[in-house]
Amino acid sequence: MSALIDTPNLADHDGFYAELLAAHRCLDEKRSQALNAQLIMILANHIGDRRVLAEALALALRDIG
Amino acid sequence: MPHTRRPFPFMRPPGLDLPENRHGVLIVGAGPVGLAMALELANHDVSSIVLDDNNVVSAGSRAICWSKRSLEILDRIGVGERCLRKGVTWKVGRTYCRDEEVFSFDLLPEDGHKMPAFVNLQQYYVEEYLIEAARENPLVEMRFRNRVSGVVQSRDCVRAEIETPEGNYRLEADYLIACDGARSSIRESMGLDFAGELFEERFLIADVELKTEMPSERRFWFEPTFHSGQSALLHKQPDNIYRIDLQLGWGANPRRESRPENVIPRIERVVGHSDFRLDWVSVYTFQCRRLRDFVHGRVIFAGDSAHIVSPFGARGGNSGLQDVDALGWRLAAVLRSRSPRNILEDFDAERTFAADENLLNSSRATKFMTPTDGIERLLRDQVLALAAKAPFARAWVNSGRLSVPCVYPSEGADDGTMPALSRPGSVAPDAPVENGWLLNRLGGRMVVLALGCEMPRVDGANVFAPRVTDMLRHRYLGIATSAVYLIRPDQVIAARWPYPDPASVEKTISRLWRLGK
Ligand SMILES: Cc1cc2nc3c(=O)[nH]c(=O)nc-3n(C[C@H](O)[C@H](O)[C@H](O)COP(=O)(O)OP(=O)(O)OC[C@H]3O[C@@H](n4cnc5c(N)ncnc54)[C@H](O)[C@@H]3O)c2cc1C
Repeated sequence: MSALIDTPNLADHDGFYAELLAAHRCLDEKRSQALNAQLIMILANHIGDRRVLAEALALALRDIG
Repeated sequence: MPHTRRPFPFMRPPGLDLPENRHGVLIVGAGPVGLAMALELANHDVSSIVLDDNNVVSAGSRAICWSKRSLEILDRIGVGERCLRKGVTWKVGRTYCRDEEVFSFDLLPEDGHKMPAFVNLQQYYVEEYLIEAARENPLVEMRFRNRVSGVVQSRDCVRAEIETPEGNYRLEADYLIACDGARSSIRESMGLDFAGELFEERFLIADVELKTEMPSERRFWFEPTFHSGQSALLHKQPDNIYRIDLQLGWGANPRRESRPENVIPRIERVVGHSDFRLDWVSVYTFQCRRLRDFVHGRVIFAGDSAHIVSPFGARGGNSGLQDVDALGWRLAAVLRSRSPRNILEDFDAERTFAADENLLNSSRATKFMTPTDGIERLLRDQVLALAAKAPFARAWVNSGRLSVPCVYPSEGADDGTMPALSRPGSVAPDAPVENGWLLNRLGGRMVVLALGCEMPRVDGANVFAPRVTDMLRHRYLGIATSAVYLIRPDQVIAARWPYPDPASVEKTISRLWRLGK
């Protein structure tokens, strides 16, 4: 059974997407990468479930890795 | 006063003049592992000969952090209290990022253990105490300046070729334990693959005698201003000796970096003054490797000859002593015809499992400390940046996860209501009992620990039933009202039951000795 929610779960996703773009807007490549890296770790800690994180990684890697 | 190394005498071995009778066990290497091995076997009434190519203890501090488990093992072979008295007990570690403290830990904040979480003591002291104990032990024979130059084994015997200052001879034995260190020539001559990873990094390691006192803490810095862009570690040892490790980068030239004129200015920047004396300097490269199998017929590998790790986490010397712990009682059982040889497979399975855990932890720490350029570096730096603003990230900062004994996979009976820390496969937690300590009472025998119940006699183990104190309850009972623990000679818990069940206990004992069905 899957632990990761990969169906709609975030109410204002358009709003979040815009917020994410806005956060990156004034950053150069290096800072953008730093921001993403920190965000991943903050969210990972918040999720607090190794199984969810492993499934999220696998999903992201599919078609990329 | 810093330590002086006195040479041990060379004594002409009888084998130079007449062939010697076949021996039980030859131990090659008088490092901490070989010496502890001889004393542990002696505890089980097995005699051995320790052969070492050298006649002095280790140059430089080398392994300095001895874990609680190592101290307990050293205690069982008679030198633990001495190490504790001489060593610097510490339990606080601080990690700094740039010059800010981001993370600190306090090991073993709990009372009721004979041994502390860690003691810092130079390897040469530990070896010296072990050699003194070995020389006093009638079951151990030390042969200094006896270099093993070749090993041949047949189905029923192993033969070692030995070189001494007065000529060459050979010895035959039932078993040979290769404790000949990271560069093991025995491993090499047997053509065994020592697979793993080399990290492209160099650290300068220095022992420095300081006049000023610094606190008994482990301090680790990422990118401190005094050592730009690199990592540094400071550790206190006895005799006002401080151990300083400085990351140099892969491009560094080890010979040039070890010269005092280059080392001294670096140390001055760490300690902030020049009131010190340099005692020992070395340049270290990390490797994480292990043999696939530790038992090869009649040749058994233990310590650095079997596995090497990077030093952050103190898993080198400590894991070697745990090899001794897992091997001694089993090899003694084979030699005394109590167990079949395949009991050695249990040693192999447990210690290769432990080696993997140590390798995993130390290669993770090494990657964190010395990330490769690109994404590894980015992620590492962002953990450090986060640590300054979010409490969770402080624990992610990895300057080495310090050695704790692993929990061996176990098929022993278990009871889920009892505490997790004493589940089968774990080292029995110490506790005060009857004016002494539980681990001292267990010693090196098979013991049934009965708490809160009457345990009948069983074949093959002594029953120990102390009064149940709060600490025993907390560590062994939890919410259970009674418990029966079967504890192996290496003080590892084999199985536990909520009530006395002599038949199951006896069955488990037979299985541990690999007897019958
Ligand atoms: C510079 C340095 C720094 C270190 N720092 C740390 C640290 O901070 N923390 C830590 O946990 N570990 C550290 N280590 C590792 C630690 O010293 C080892 O894990 C530990 O010494 C292993 O013990 P051993 O008995 O297996 O091997 P060793 O101590 O290496 O002993 C092997 C012995 O075998 C002898 N020998 C070798 N070949 C033969 C032969 N053919 N015939 C006879 N005798 C032979 C050698 O002379 C030696 O006495 C360090 C090592 C080095 C080199």
